[in-house]
Amino acid sequence: MASPGESYAVVLALLFAVAAGLVGSFALMKRMLLASDVISHVALPGLGLAFLFGFNPLIGGAATLLLGTLLIWQLQKKTGLATDTMIGVVFAGSVAIGALLTPKDDLVEALFGRFQELSLGAFLVGVAAVALIVLVVFRFKEQLILGLFSPELAAATGVKLERLNLYFLLVFSLSVLVGLRFLGAILAGSLIIIPATTGRRLTNDLSHFLIVSCIASVTAVGSGLAVTRYVLPQFSPGPVIVIISAMLFALSLLKRPASA
Amino acid sequence: MAPILSVRDLTVEFDNRTVVHRLNFEIYPGDNVAIIGPNGAGKTVLLRALLNLVPYDGVIEWAPDAKLGYVPQKIAADRHLPLKVNDLLASKARLLKLPDQDIRLAAERVGLPPELLNTSVGILSGGQFQKALIAFALLGNPNALLFDEPMSSLDELAEERVYELLRDLQRERDMTVLLVSHDLSVVYQFATKVLCLSKANPCFGPPREILTPETLEAVYSAPVKFYQHHHHHDQ
Repeated sequence: MASPGESYAVVLALLFAVAAGLVGSFALMKRMLLASDVISHVALPGLGLAFLFGFNPLIGGAATLLLGTLLIWQLQKKTGLATDTMIGVVFAGSVAIGALLTPKDDLVEALFGRFQELSLGAFLVGVAAVALIVLVVFRFKEQLILGLFSPELAAATGVKLERLNLYFLLVFSLSVLVGLRFLGAILAGSLIIIPATTGRRLTNDLSHFLIVSCIASVTAVGSGLAVTRYVLPQFSPGPVIVIISAMLFALSLLKRPASA
Repeated sequence: MAPILSVRDLTVEFDNRTVVHRLNFEIYPGDNVAIIGPNGAGKTVLLRALLNLVPYDGVIEWAPDAKLGYVPQKIAADRHLPLKVNDLLASKARLLKLPDQDIRLAAERVGLPPELLNTSVGILSGGQFQKALIAFALLGNPNALLFDEPMSSLDELAEERVYELLRDLQRERDMTVLLVSHDLSVVYQFATKVLCLSKANPCFGPPREILTPETLEAVYSAPVKFYQHHHHHDQ
């Protein structure tokens, strides 16, 4: 029997999967894979500091994530090669700083996550975060769609693009944060990207795309947790979840891509 | 009659270059203004300033009841986006809190068949795409339409249809139209006023005054020939 703490963790992981599928779908359409990788890796120095000084890793992760998000937001406002370069530098830099800061014993956990029981309080905070993510995505869905199609037309229709981008990045970072503990800094971002990539291959319809991405994400998280609990308990769920997610993507390659 | 748009001392910089310099003009409801000028004279930048999409110096004053519709020149739309025409129209309709039937009406008005509403924007032909953009602009019943070089992606027949549509819309709704165009003969036929942008000689007035060989030569810094427009659709 699972303890209540374990059940909370499983339910939150599945809810995270829904948020990741949803946010990932829009991140994919916004072509911000690179930025999203940076965002998840930026959590690493925060995790490192938290392990080093023994405070809650989520607080450390949240602090550097917020910094990273604001940084990417500023970078997005400018265009050109400099952005790419900066993203590359921030990305590598945060992994390096994180690797130095994190005590060796905790490094694997910081990078790849660990399944652990949740207190009721932590669970409720997580649920609230997921609810906020889903709410924001649906509240700004129309504006996001117009912004994807043409920033110029969106602006002419009254969409405040810079603010919209900031909201989206914050929601994105919040999703990473929810997944951070059990997936780790390296893998949290990938669960936002891979299921969405799978969904995009399978359908050309926006609503179907969002739904399929969420299903792919929930399937990967659910089966990954089940496999590490019942079949391969020596592994932590993060890598297994990402591998299953990648396998689902590989399966989707069997289908001819949905033509435009 | 009060102007629907007055522009005073408008200066717009783009890439650290002054593109529009101290421009002054007034437009009245129902005017049909063609904006002409050589490449790089700032035609698109002017429209974007009028829509408040780029920073500018000077005064741009729209009448309080002005409702703007915008058809951009070229949309670098990502053809791989899983977006249907209806996703775009419905998004705008929801943002403006318009009833769903407005989408159907706008599509009908521009002659966009219902089945195209459920087609991905990526596979529309140039003419269909243009219609979708006009339908998008018409949502919310604008009384001023800013139309940037609508014909660049169209063949001659489709182009003529777009002009006809513009003319009809203007008649029906007493719409004010600002049209950026390269095609001087169309401008001659279509416009009630012409605004020509050029560094040395910006000018504004009725076509008969502006579209003279002398003025055009000054605007384009080269002799310009144009003929009354006669389309031949015999291919």
